[in-house]
Amino acid sequence: MCGIAGIIYRDGTHDVGVEMTRMLQSMKHRGPDSTGYALYGATADGGYVMRYKLADANDRRGFEFAERLERCRLEVEARLGELGAQISSAERETEYAFRLAFRFEGDLKSVADYVEDVPNCEVLSLGRSLEIVKDLGDAESVATQYHLADFVGTHAIGHVRMATESDVDISGAHPYWAYPFSDVAVVHNGQLTNYWQWKRRLERAGHRFQSMCDSEIIAVYLAEKMSGGASLEDAMHDSLDDLDGVFTYIAVSADALGVAKDEMAAKPLVLYEGDDLVALASEEIAIRAIIDREIETYDPYEREVLVWQR
Amino acid sequence: MATVGESRVTYDARGLAEPDAEAPRIAEIDGEKAVFDAKELSTRQINLELRRVLYESGVTDVTVLNPGAKHSLGVGILTRCRITFGGSLGYFGLGLIDGPEVHVKGRVGWSACENMMSGVVVIDSNAGSLTGAAIRGGDLVVKGKVGARTGIDQKGGTIIVLGDAGSMTGFMMQRGRMIICGDVGHGLGDSMYEGTIYVAGKVKSLGIDCVPGEWTDADTELVERKFRIYGLGSPPELQKFVCGKQLYNYDTLEPSERKLVI
Repeated sequence: MCGIAGIIYRDGTHDVGVEMTRMLQSMKHRGPDSTGYALYGATADGGYVMRYKLADANDRRGFEFAERLERCRLEVEARLGELGAQISSAERETEYAFRLAFRFEGDLKSVADYVEDVPNCEVLSLGRSLEIVKDLGDAESVATQYHLADFVGTHAIGHVRMATESDVDISGAHPYWAYPFSDVAVVHNGQLTNYWQWKRRLERAGHRFQSMCDSEIIAVYLAEKMSGGASLEDAMHDSLDDLDGVFTYIAVSADALGVAKDEMAAKPLVLYEGDDLVALASEEIAIRAIIDREIETYDPYEREVLVWQR
Repeated sequence: MATVGESRVTYDARGLAEPDAEAPRIAEIDGEKAVFDAKELSTRQINLELRRVLYESGVTDVTVLNPGAKHSLGVGILTRCRITFGGSLGYFGLGLIDGPEVHVKGRVGWSACENMMSGVVVIDSNAGSLTGAAIRGGDLVVKGKVGARTGIDQKGGTIIVLGDAGSMTGFMMQRGRMIICGDVGHGLGDSMYEGTIYVAGKVKSLGIDCVPGEWTDADTELVERKFRIYGLGSPPELQKFVCGKQLYNYDTLEPSERKLVI
């Protein structure tokens, strides 16, 4: 069991950091191991935002741990410089997690690959407006750690994880960035039974995987489809035939949010479509955590793909 | 006070939520009627207050305002009474009830009325998957649409849905009746043993051993009576589906019935 949530406003920017925290905290019982957010803020002025980590929350702190992190941080920034990126801001979010804003003209995959070549570096997200934040603990503790109360944006998805088949660490936490595709992320509740087949297929196509979590497949699968010219919605429709198992997942891009359910509709999702926003979550209490009134909600059916554009 | 969405719910060694919670005693009681606002209460507090007024205060008609889609509300009420929820319930609402007449002025999440024994539940809006799972008796009326596996393992009673139903509706149904006025998804009545399913709309596909049944006057009488009781207007034209009895051939008698036969 995990909990997933999404919110997209039809217009303007809103306190999506606070709202997603409320939604995820109300579903804490569905997944106490880790919490993650994919938040879409104001588009960087012609530039990119990259979130990355250099260690995990529960890594053993050996000798010179802090010094190693600092060396790696400087190496990441140096490598971006080598590729021609102009860094406009660099922030340390936690001891091991960082946020960089930079201008860059070129291939994003080369950036991600070269940066991830730095020891223990994992790019959590890379995009014009996408920022993925994930860590161990519940929503309130992650939001406090990463100052998400200040995050203003247009849409967001989130995930509370109850780890079943892979480690409790940040790499195993959702959301997953659709490496190397800009601004696309996924959260998933369920289990994919043809994980290894797709992992091998996508690795042969040149994609990298940072975790042993089956959900990472969905993000990379969508990226592969979209890099071939498919829209997010088309890629999600294809996934219903290609992915095997039980799943409900939410995928987001810079201007859209969509949900897909497998043909057994075995994983829950409750949906509210209002005039100003669309909110969806594994449980209605998550939606009611941000909309404090009686609302009309429903469950999407099996093999359904629904996408909302901004 | 423990509330949904905050980190103040306590658990004991057995995993019992809020083991020390007590009924908040906030209901306004007027003779046999009572009303209380659940907005600031936890699930356990709401259920404790509901039980207090129904079992200890001589109340037979209680209204719960602002249930806020919290889970497991109104479960295990085993007395004849009238309960009105002034909003939506979360998952596992009204499970294991035996006797109440319940009106939900909103929606109910997954597993509404699971294992209901008797009574009446009317839901004004939609309900999630597994609605009426394993119900043994009573009437469950959903005025909106329902999710997948509605009436799974149904052992009695009647489920009426005015809207659509999802896949595997009536999966492993064993007894009772189901009336779906909208469309239904794939696998209708899959592996059903007994019981009757009526569908007005399109059926995406029939499940294993579910076959069209012959319409009788008893079917007309049942459907018209149920629609009349709940003020649902004229029933639509329905198709009847039953078990083909090619897959399983279990004895359908209850133990008490078998004794009579023997």
